[in-house]
Amino acid sequence: MSLLQVEDLSVHFPITRGALLNRTVGHVRAVDGVSFSIPRHGAYGLVGESGCGKSTLGRAIMRLNTPTSGTVTYDGTDLTALHGRRLRGMRRHVQMVFQDPMSSLDPRQNVETILLEGLHTHNIGSGTAARRALVADVLDAVGLPRNSLSRYPHEFSGGQRQRIGIARALIVEPDLIVADEPVSALDVSIQAQILNLLADLQASRGLTYLIIAHDLAVVRHVSRTVGVMYLGSLVEEADSDDLYATPLHPYTRALVSAVPVPDPDVEDRRERIILRGDLPSAAAPPSGCRFHTRCPWVRDTRCKDERPLLRTISTGATNHRVACHWAEEIAAAPAPASV
Amino acid sequence: MSVLTRKADRIDRLADQHGLSLWQEALRRLRRSPPAIIGAVIVVLFVVIALVGPLLVPHDPLSQAWRGEISEARGAFPGPRAENWLGVDHLGRDEFSRLIVGARQTLIVGVVSTLLGLAVGVLIGGIAGAAAGLGGRAGRFLDSFIMRIIDMLLAVPSLLLAVSVAAVLGQSLATVMIAIGLVSVPIFARLLRGAMLAQAESEYVTAAVALGVPQWKIAWSHLLPNSVGPVIVQATLTLATAIIEAAALSFLGLGNADAAIPEWGVMLADAQRYLSVRPEWAIYPSVGIIVIALGFTLLGESMREALDPKLRR
Ligand SMILES: Nc1ncnc2c1ncn2[C@@H]1O[C@H](COP(=O)(O)OP(=O)(O)O)[C@@H](O)[C@H]1O
Ligand code: SF4
Ligand SMILES: [Mg+2]
Repeated sequence: MSLLQVEDLSVHFPITRGALLNRTVGHVRAVDGVSFSIPRHGAYGLVGESGCGKSTLGRAIMRLNTPTSGTVTYDGTDLTALHGRRLRGMRRHVQMVFQDPMSSLDPRQNVETILLEGLHTHNIGSGTAARRALVADVLDAVGLPRNSLSRYPHEFSGGQRQRIGIARALIVEPDLIVADEPVSALDVSIQAQILNLLADLQASRGLTYLIIAHDLAVVRHVSRTVGVMYLGSLVEEADSDDLYATPLHPYTRALVSAVPVPDPDVEDRRERIILRGDLPSAAAPPSGCRFHTRCPWVRDTRCKDERPLLRTISTGATNHRVACHWAEEIAAAPAPASV
Repeated sequence: MSVLTRKADRIDRLADQHGLSLWQEALRRLRRSPPAIIGAVIVVLFVVIALVGPLLVPHDPLSQAWRGEISEARGAFPGPRAENWLGVDHLGRDEFSRLIVGARQTLIVGVVSTLLGLAVGVLIGGIAGAAAGLGGRAGRFLDSFIMRIIDMLLAVPSLLLAVSVAAVLGQSLATVMIAIGLVSVPIFARLLRGAMLAQAESEYVTAAVALGVPQWKIAWSHLLPNSVGPVIVQATLTLATAIIEAAALSFLGLGNADAAIPEWGVMLADAQRYLSVRPEWAIYPSVGIIVIALGFTLLGESMREALDPKLRR
């Protein structure tokens, strides 16, 4: 059974007008009917351009916001039904690594205080000595020097700060870690180090990951399965290599085609799909297929009035799911002339 | 200073400089700022005078020893001389001794009323800020209820508020302190609430929620420490105005019922009748009030700068 199962999850933010009465005039459909699951020890990568609802989805799983509908089942428990003390207790098992390591660390706490907070909160380790040992362990695990304990976040580099953020999540011994863009605030040269650390930690501690990124290259590095999000919905999901080799959804094909190839000859010849227009507003998503306003393969039938479901298609690998009415035809056809 | 030749020593020296909290760092910056040093010197001097002044003054400030030498009708009052450095006042008391001893009551009134306002303001603002930032819909309701009352208090001109309190509680030193303290409550409350509300939006609070930390603990260990900086700065500035307001209330006759005990506001009020003959009687306490208010203001403004996160390296 999967460790995490997300079913038909939606998060709609009300848009309010008026200073006094706060009329609700509409909803931002930040996450709109997302289903996927992650097996224990799995690593699921979630990609999509900025604003497509990745963070909102991650926060909904963490119960940092309130889902409008749907369920998040962690190890048999529906997290969306939990409140107060029971929810707080559950948090020990599901931890988060944040995008900006500077703003997600309290500037007035030193590393020791930051790390002890989780131990105190969940009553882990009996006595000061035992807790000190746990803190020292986790520092070693994330590759921070022991003398970091008395230092404050602003005294560290970006990469080291993210190590502190990872240590904070790790110290309560969670099973699932949701990492929301864990490297996008870091220098490119540091990104690989942090991604390697995450991969090592998964292997040594048997963690399960949900890794969110706007960059396909990042999730490919650490995820076995990749889900592609567009405007609040999953449009494609496949094994990482499969998704790269044979992207089936037009949006994924555009994403993959935008990743530069190191070989200059291949780079010159490769298919490049340039999308028209901007990401539509999540407050008024297009009818039918959400992608039809920008899809190079859009057809008059079905695309504009019938929302495609995420389905396993016959031409792909067994666990390759796509939300496109014409996926089979498009897989067979060459790319249309770029617009 | 010795030159560190061993590499290990130099590294240790570097390591020693780490582990500075933001407070320590602010203190280090304060020590290098001339206005902060001037302010601190004035404040320390004032506090020392207030503490030990009564032991050092040449004469008893209450004794009307030179009563016989003054003539109210002719406007003859002994001026500065070897025995009385600043002359004697309208009742034949030593002016210098009264001025020095007067610092004590002025300081007590300023400090006690500011601490009173700070304590109540921090409590109210802290509850409102924590409720609004973390307490969801019910918390926001509690917050808007509290803040509406605070805003009403804030709308009343401060001296009018103080005079009304004094009128209700009667003339005494406690009245002055409560009145002035009350005036500063809404300032502290608003300031702390605003700062906490801003901090509640920050990612490290989200991180604490994700960690499972209870809300009261988040408010106490994250919101409050990150929000008290501006409140402490404000307290220093409020001390300056509290001293001026205390003098004003004493001047209006609402202060200590025992008018014989020297206090700068009372001295100023007494000097009023003799302004044409002895203007210096008004000038001495005024200068005292202005200098000490300036001292606290310099210190407060420098602290504001030192604690400003934008200037952090
Ligand atoms: N608290 C909120 N209130 C209203 N709208 C929000 C809120 N959080 C996110 N949104 C909106 O939801 C959409 C998805 O945002 P987000 O999940 O942050 O995207 P991503 O992480 O993929 O960049 C955006 O249109 C954003 O403006
Ligand atoms: S359903 Fe239509 S519009 Fe949507 S991706 Fe497929 S072809 Fe494009
Ligand atoms: Mg995001």
